[in-house]
Amino acid sequence: MSDPARTVLTGWGRTAPTSATVLRPRDGDQVADMVRRAGPRGVLARGLGRSYGDAAQDAGGTVLDLTALDTVGVDAETGLAACGGGASLGQVMQAAIPLGWFPPVLPGTRHVTVGGALATDVHGKNHHRSGSFASHVRSMTLVGADGEARRLESADPLSQATAGGMGLTGIVTDLVMSLRPVESSFMQVDTTRAPDLDALMAQLEAADAAHPYTVAWVDCLTGGRRLGRGIVYAGDHAAPADLPEPERAAALRFEPPTGLPAPTWTPAGLLNPHTAAAFNEAWFRKAPRDRRQQLQTISTFFHPLDGVRGWNRLYGHAGFVQYQLVVPFAEGGVVRKVIERLSSARAATVLAVLKRLGASSPGPLSFPMPGWTLTVDMPARGRDLARLLDGLDQLVADAGGRVYLAKDARLRPELVAEMYPRVGEWLELRSRVDPHGCFVSDLARRLGL
Amino acid sequence: MIDALGNPQSLLVLGGSSDIATATARRLVQARTRRVVLAGRPSTRLDAAAQLLRGAGADLVEVVPFDAEVTDTHGAVVDQAFAGGDIDVVLLAFGVLGEQAAQERDPSLAVRTAMVNYVGAVSVGLHVGARLRSQGHGVLVVLSSVAGERARRTNFVYGSTKAGLDAFSQGLGDALQGSGARVLVVRPGFVRTKMTAGRKEAPMTTTAEAVAVAITEGIRSGRHTVWVPARLQQVMALMRHLPRGLFRRLAR
Repeated sequence: MSDPARTVLTGWGRTAPTSATVLRPRDGDQVADMVRRAGPRGVLARGLGRSYGDAAQDAGGTVLDLTALDTVGVDAETGLAACGGGASLGQVMQAAIPLGWFPPVLPGTRHVTVGGALATDVHGKNHHRSGSFASHVRSMTLVGADGEARRLESADPLSQATAGGMGLTGIVTDLVMSLRPVESSFMQVDTTRAPDLDALMAQLEAADAAHPYTVAWVDCLTGGRRLGRGIVYAGDHAAPADLPEPERAAALRFEPPTGLPAPTWTPAGLLNPHTAAAFNEAWFRKAPRDRRQQLQTISTFFHPLDGVRGWNRLYGHAGFVQYQLVVPFAEGGVVRKVIERLSSARAATVLAVLKRLGASSPGPLSFPMPGWTLTVDMPARGRDLARLLDGLDQLVADAGGRVYLAKDARLRPELVAEMYPRVGEWLELRSRVDPHGCFVSDLARRLGL
Repeated sequence: MIDALGNPQSLLVLGGSSDIATATARRLVQARTRRVVLAGRPSTRLDAAAQLLRGAGADLVEVVPFDAEVTDTHGAVVDQAFAGGDIDVVLLAFGVLGEQAAQERDPSLAVRTAMVNYVGAVSVGLHVGARLRSQGHGVLVVLSSVAGERARRTNFVYGSTKAGLDAFSQGLGDALQGSGARVLVVRPGFVRTKMTAGRKEAPMTTTAEAVAVAITEGIRSGRHTVWVPARLQQVMALMRHLPRGLFRRLAR
């Protein structure tokens, strides 16, 4: 009964393992060939495995590890980057920054592929100004269920269904995106503490008006007067004149740290309400009350967690879930209710982030919408957490909001249509381009996509 | 699919009218399970279990005739259950207790117990294992028993069938290692159910509801063995190593 070709896969949260046959194509032709040979349980592209839940798994099927398609070509004149679908944003940064160009959108890690960034239509600290990843993609090559490669412009409906389409419309073997010009690899960062949620939300709103990059860390364990206290970080790209003399000569040098590895084993209860509360207290107190224009490297500002390799292991054997919601600005009260429930449930949240999103993208399954987005990590422990999150889902859906599928690992399938009202349109298009369900994932099976 | 918090969406019960199976299915339906296939010998009890699960919120409850003793039908039964889509959890819950004294007088009765509890389980267990392996995920939950841990004078026919079933299930679990699928062996003590009605209760008697809780938590935690109640694990670790004569007198 043994089947040595199978590999057990999970998402970044290390929950819900399933097995698949993993193949590693070297070019677009091999991708097309592997799609044509896909068995009854379908095929799916996987990048660097940073989706938190089951989005990049296909139980019993074929998973194409696309990371060998990692070419990056940057045109120093036009700022256009042509990338293989498996190239990481870190690779794009290394090619582009020395030439004075910068990825238009960066999520919380540089270890994501551009194909994955498109499939989940990622957003970053500049979403309020620059929108999501897909809005900077000019064109792509998509291998469809028939094994044919098609060149698609960004206005094509299939291209839009692919943006946020969770890899279920085909496999992106390469794409062209527009970069933004930068003059240095440094950021000027303002850091301000906020004593409670109202202050935090007000400060974040003010920061949005003045800075291209903003985000807030929020403490989801304190209650009472200190409920939702946090720290606002606001950044601008630094100009060479802002740098100290020795740095100016090599203002565009970019050397991301490789990071220290997290321990391979951690005790199951390392992150519990007590250690989490202690961490949050220390994190809040160590932040300056109000510090202006501090120079930070791009890695420090955008990707602090990349400094600890394999940080997801810190949650121990049972893994963790990341929950990200967005609610319209008019429903900002939902953010307070959610933090109240997390705080009273003592849900051991350490990494909680609040951000204001700007305009939506045209993709029917794209996550961002104008409003407040809150992201929290929690150890994946049991029935109580399932009930807590089901309750939060309902609050979010009732407010006209949604949860992010790239993070999801446990949503009730009935809520997908409520949260993503254009899912019918997306399903209709997908059934036309892939009538037999060639592209499938565990997430798709779980949510009925 | 079984989600990140251990909640399955679909369930196949083999021995669908058993009290433990019904209690387990109801708990799962109250969480995320929407499709249930109840396989068992056609009976009003089986239909009643289906009705109960529909009332509890299952979208689709299918009843499939299944007889553990008729092993050449098992492939078709499993195919039918999986025809409607992936099955996340298969609960192997059938079994008969039999009267030890009667079995000793009429060995054909003992053979029947062995056919159902062991031979039938081996047959359908292998069919299910192959299915779970090819779909790349899923949990086969096998209802074993503490009676299989060490044979007792008073129920050694039943106990030996469970010993065989338990060993088979552990081996199947090892065979499925790395396939994405796994086996959860459940070892309850004396459970107050229709199967044990009228029998003298043993110490640490438990209920179908408690077994159901242990099963759902076992699915969630990813464990390969659960005891119900949990402290039976320590008790049986001791009992297993008692000198034979002492055990014989203790376990009458």
